[in-house]
Amino acid sequence: MRVAVVVFPGTNCELDVAHALTSLGGEAELVWHRETDLSGFDGAVLPGGFAHGDYLRTGAIARFSPVMSEVGRMAAEGRPVLGICNGFQVLCESGLLPGALIANRDLAFICRFVDLEVVDTGTILTGAAEPGQRIRIPLNSYEGNWVDPSRTGRIAVRYVDNPNGSQGSAAAVSNREGNVVGIMPHPERGSDELLGSADGLVLLEGFLRSLVPA
Amino acid sequence: MTAETLPIHRQLGMTDEEYRSVTGILGRDPRPAELAMYSVMWSEHCSYKSSRVHLRRFPTSAPWVVVGPGENAGVVDLGDGWLAALRIESHNHPSFVEPYQGAATGVGGILRDVFTMGARPIALWDQIRFGPLEDPKNRYLFNGVVSGIAGYGNAVGVPTVGGEVEFDPSYTGNPLVNVMCLGILRREQLVLGTAGSPGTIAILLGNATGRDGIGGASVLASASFDEASEDKRPSVQVGDPFEEKKLIEACLELYERGLVVGVQDLGAAGLSCATSEPAGRAGVGMEVDLDAVHTRETGMTAPELLMSESQERMMAFVSPDLVDQVLAVADKWEIDSAVLGVVREGATLTIRHDGEVVAEVPAASLAEDAPLYDRPSARPEWMDGLAAKPARALDTDPATTLLRLLDDPALGSTAWVHEQYDHMLFLNTVIGPGSDSSLIRIRGTEKGMAVSTDGNGRLCHLDPRGGSARLVYEAALNVAVTGALPLALVDNLNFGNPEKPAVMWQFRETVEGISSACETLGIPVVGGNVSFYNETEGEDIHPTPVIGLLGLADPMPATPPRLSSAAEGMEIWEVGPRATPNLAGSSAQRVIHGELTGTPTPPDPGHGERIVALAGSLAHRVPVLHDISDGGLAVAVAEICIASGLGAVVDDRAADLLFSEDPHRFVAVFEPGAVELPGDISRRVGMMTGSSLVLGGSSPIEVGELSSVYSDAIPRRMTG
Repeated sequence: MRVAVVVFPGTNCELDVAHALTSLGGEAELVWHRETDLSGFDGAVLPGGFAHGDYLRTGAIARFSPVMSEVGRMAAEGRPVLGICNGFQVLCESGLLPGALIANRDLAFICRFVDLEVVDTGTILTGAAEPGQRIRIPLNSYEGNWVDPSRTGRIAVRYVDNPNGSQGSAAAVSNREGNVVGIMPHPERGSDELLGSADGLVLLEGFLRSLVPA
Repeated sequence: MTAETLPIHRQLGMTDEEYRSVTGILGRDPRPAELAMYSVMWSEHCSYKSSRVHLRRFPTSAPWVVVGPGENAGVVDLGDGWLAALRIESHNHPSFVEPYQGAATGVGGILRDVFTMGARPIALWDQIRFGPLEDPKNRYLFNGVVSGIAGYGNAVGVPTVGGEVEFDPSYTGNPLVNVMCLGILRREQLVLGTAGSPGTIAILLGNATGRDGIGGASVLASASFDEASEDKRPSVQVGDPFEEKKLIEACLELYERGLVVGVQDLGAAGLSCATSEPAGRAGVGMEVDLDAVHTRETGMTAPELLMSESQERMMAFVSPDLVDQVLAVADKWEIDSAVLGVVREGATLTIRHDGEVVAEVPAASLAEDAPLYDRPSARPEWMDGLAAKPARALDTDPATTLLRLLDDPALGSTAWVHEQYDHMLFLNTVIGPGSDSSLIRIRGTEKGMAVSTDGNGRLCHLDPRGGSARLVYEAALNVAVTGALPLALVDNLNFGNPEKPAVMWQFRETVEGISSACETLGIPVVGGNVSFYNETEGEDIHPTPVIGLLGLADPMPATPPRLSSAAEGMEIWEVGPRATPNLAGSSAQRVIHGELTGTPTPPDPGHGERIVALAGSLAHRVPVLHDISDGGLAVAVAEICIASGLGAVVDDRAADLLFSEDPHRFVAVFEPGAVELPGDISRRVGMMTGSSLVLGGSSPIEVGELSSVYSDAIPRRMTG
């Protein structure tokens, strides 16, 4: 089960994501954004950071990176595609997820632990969690406020106490099929009790379990 | 005389005497480009001409020091092949002129100092000081600086894991913005700022060069402020964290693959420094062609190209057979590169522009022949006036005093600041912002690195020598309560105008104070920064040395002490010498009386050393350890209550003892009988219980109230 961890110029959470997946027995490989063949991978993660400096608009340039056509193909084939934080923004910009992420309600960057509740266990991120399960993991974003005028996004995880104004208190959203998920808080930062929480592991386990051989 | 009619060297911030030195070195009048180079390299900011003679006092050696002061960053040995690189810098003047970019480029610059050494920067700390938040200009500066640090640090992908925030009228008109960076590397990746041997090729990597930041070091950072300072805004550089992130990754790949002989970052003094310093260090000459520099503006002159402080640039020195590979790495990471020159035999730095020689100077002279001033110093008479007026005793109820202290923005929660910083990236932040010390693990080892940054201008104003020594002891105790022992120190010495004898006296006393405490504790000083001319309209800031101390915990405690680990029924012990009621320089004196007088309690080297060692060993066995500093025992216990959500009862004692900030003390909280403490320096002072904090006979305060006052100290002022 190989996971492509996509690295754009400006991505910065790739090593953290790879570490967390590996610690769960997954096989994670960093893939540079100019790569045009992901056929050897069973799923993909777009980690957090500032792809292409987030210039113009978060994710706006990243959607044109060569690797994104392959990510789009994986999504269309029903393979698991997970975007975390900036990766969520890239997936929305690419049209692989509905809606968009705009500046936080209070116009300030937020880096702290937040309490979440799993509301939909039918996605590639939440399959190992119980419905209603409470988890506590860090949020780390300025544009974390999800808006979806189309109202087609499936909310997989929501904030218990909405920190950024996100529509429906959405913390994680999936496409209709449940195989493409974007999450704004960082599961990989909640993967070690020594750092404050290991609650994010249930999400990453769910993601790894959803992988089926290509 | 208006600026336009001044001789060019004076417009560049050079004295007539310094100009004569240049003609003496060259044996002729300097060409314009040469004058530009000397003016920036001999500026106070770059040459330390007023401080060098005193900085020699610092103890700088220890068996674990790999690189001491003088390189881009200090490097120390952590054992098992791991090295740490650390450096601290100030961006005070740029941050006053343009707070967002001033602070942002301060972050960018300190990162380059660290990854120049071959290290991956893994954490940042910011020490920021402003005038009171009641003044809208100070709110604007504070907000701009925090946004700039967040904007750059978060995007470049290096977590900001701690720091300090202080407010005092002394900093109105002259905020202090210091930033410290820590990097780690394997021993074999260490790179120095050397040009190598003749034949080595110099390659400029990263951002294009523009006219931004020209004169930043000489005109802006090395002069005092007045109403015309706003006109200096063009001297502030503009940061691009995305470019820096790519530059970091590209350089780390160059180091990993062993493709470079040496590296020098381009910061203050830009290309003037990045050519002359590496050549001077290696004892070689160099030929440089400015026409090869990639620029973002047309028609730049040679002096402009040599003085530009455009950000996100590095100079790599590469063996000729590896040039193609280096250029390919740059291409992969999507950064620009330019082959700029070649290292030559001899000692002459020759620079061409438009086919003509524009500079021909002894490379080493720019750094080594810089002026050295032993400026007059004298203890100011007003010190007698301060000493003659001891701090007044507290006459307010302890509960009321405590709430007023917790509501002070310098004592209240820093969450408003640090929640705007990514402080968790890399999954190493075991203890983050808002604690005595940060604790950063090194994955794959049992090691933890603790860092504490400490400054206290008020203490140092009343007693520069004793105050600065106390900072070192406090920083050492702060790292000790996480289980680490002090390893190495960097300092940022923020002072007023060195041309005033009183300021030079404060400076000399401070160097002495830091040095003596370092000698007692066996801590080498591995680098630092001096920022002079922190004065506005003739008013100097309080002398404000800021200490950045790295400690090593090996092994790191399995469960490091945390304030939140306090539990019902645990005893509260005070460890250290008994406090005296002296409130000179304390937070209580400032907040309650609005005064700054008296002579603070001096440090006690014997206790200093013993207490640090004791705390370091207790950290492996005690659930809660907390340094007693700002706000004394009362604030220390209140912070434990807030973090754990539990109440406490503190035995009755005089208010002055509750709020005394006398040094070398910490609080330990543990189950009754769990730990045996040395009787001569420890005493039980209370216990954790219930949901209110009771200070002796004072009325109880609900923990919820403590918490909300503490949390709101900064936010209520920023929105109000």
